[in-house]
Amino acid sequence: MDMTKQEVEKVAKLARLELTDIEKAAFTKQLSEILTHVETLKQYDTAGVEPTATVLGQVNVFRPDDVRPSLSVERAVANAPESADGFFVVPKIIEDRQPL
Amino acid sequence: MSIHKLSLYELHKKFTAGEVTATEIVRAYGLRIGQVESKVKAYITQAKDSVVAQASALDASLKGWRRTSPMMGMPLAIKDNICTEGVRTTCASQMLGNFVPPYDATVIAKLRTQGYLLLGKTNLDEFAMGSSTENSAFGPSRNPWNLQCVPGGSSGGSAAAVAADECAAALGSDTGGSIRQPAAFCGVVGLKPTYGRVSRYGLIAFASSLDQIGPITKDVTDSAFLLGAIAGHDPLDSTSADVPVPDYLKALKKKDLKRLKIGVPVEFFAEGLDPDVELTVRAAIQELKALGGEIKEIQLPRTDAAVATYYVLATAEASSNLARYDGVKFGLRAKETKDLLELYMKTRQEGFGPEVKRRIMLGTYVLSAGYYDAYYGKAQAVRTLIRQDFEAAFQDVDLIVTPVTPTPAFKFGAKADDPLQMYLSDIFTISVNLAGVPAISLPCGFSRAGLPIGLQLIGRPFEEETLLRAAYAYEQSTQWKTKKPVIR
Repeated sequence: MDMTKQEVEKVAKLARLELTDIEKAAFTKQLSEILTHVETLKQYDTAGVEPTATVLGQVNVFRPDDVRPSLSVERAVANAPESADGFFVVPKIIEDRQPL
Repeated sequence: MSIHKLSLYELHKKFTAGEVTATEIVRAYGLRIGQVESKVKAYITQAKDSVVAQASALDASLKGWRRTSPMMGMPLAIKDNICTEGVRTTCASQMLGNFVPPYDATVIAKLRTQGYLLLGKTNLDEFAMGSSTENSAFGPSRNPWNLQCVPGGSSGGSAAAVAADECAAALGSDTGGSIRQPAAFCGVVGLKPTYGRVSRYGLIAFASSLDQIGPITKDVTDSAFLLGAIAGHDPLDSTSADVPVPDYLKALKKKDLKRLKIGVPVEFFAEGLDPDVELTVRAAIQELKALGGEIKEIQLPRTDAAVATYYVLATAEASSNLARYDGVKFGLRAKETKDLLELYMKTRQEGFGPEVKRRIMLGTYVLSAGYYDAYYGKAQAVRTLIRQDFEAAFQDVDLIVTPVTPTPAFKFGAKADDPLQMYLSDIFTISVNLAGVPAISLPCGFSRAGLPIGLQLIGRPFEEETLLRAAYAYEQSTQWKTKKPVIR
């Protein structure tokens, strides 16, 4: 399985990773080699085999929806790269629109 | 006898008997760490001041009497992907270089309640992705048996700290062998419990269906002792199992393996196995037989599929789990970005190292439209086949015995440029995570170059007692645990 540089760029964008040209070249080669190894799974007949997502065979776990103690606002934002008045600060998301 | 040379359980007995104080313990380990840490580099963060305060508070509260919480006064090292309230937890990543968790992982809360002493946070491959600690943003740890060799990974700092007597015992995490492989490379005991046996709450997630916390210790008794202190159901982790926790130390009473059927899977002794490892492991199997075990050849036919299956599923889960590192709520944020998309892209470019990026890329690819069924769906189905191999084997035998790694510890840089070769070296450990079963790695000898070699015992789900019993019988009948590295 050969991955192209264009595919690497597309996947990087999906993963929200900015890559350097050196990284793109390295990943194109390395991911192709890894995927070639992964292709060996084709030899195993999995027709009708149930997929395993978890080994425990658990069902949903429920609890009462009660109010419980939780982190204070100060502690919740203490690790934020930027915060103000107990809020997380991010770049502007919604563009200004001209009034109709 | 020097305090740092005692096993965890020996130290516990001395502490409980009032023969040593917490302050003396901390002082002894401070000296030991001062002697060897510059060579071994096991720790990312040493909790020097806080552990002195913890110890003196503990001694003051105990004046004149002794309670018997198992981990009270016990100096432990914790892998730096397990959250410790108020103590920096980095995952060996620039992304979390300044992250101070506002809460404890459940295993830490349990240890704290018992009065343990946190010596520090140990090195790992970034986000537990790797087999050598070479992927740490803080530089690699070194193997105490040979400082030119890797300690293994990802829990390499924990294993090196235990081997170098820089802690009484440590916690690691194991997603594809990250406890057992470094334990084997460093000549100590590492136990990966059954999936669900130990709470994952507060373990920074890598691959949630595979991750499990477990003990890395100087001997099998310590492994049983520390497992008992951290195991059990946790309402905060809905994948933790509501199964009673037995007294694991009681499993160590029998010193023989009578009526125990032990399987040797032929697939684990194929080409590529280092001759020293094969010779040593085969000799250990003879010893298990001499102890009364009934040795039987078995088959795990889908062993060859394990690496490919694992690297699809683990990276897929990782790509989802690591999406949270976006520079908003905690962790690194890239400077001078013009909009939100650029903030995400640049933060993740700066914060993650090459192996983490590689795995996020692979995981994103196998989950992407058009490839999901061919890669992710296929790997999930093959995972079922691998589980069925183990289920079938455990119809016939009580335990499976294998090597832990194809080779002893390798030199720095030997595999760093070839990710696929590094992945393939996980061949003997990862099927255990895919099947969710427990396994222990313990020393069984040395290579001609003087590097430790590990023996892996694999058990049925929630039968850690059988693992510990067999490992203990073997340990008692051999002398390996008395050999200690000379650090130079």
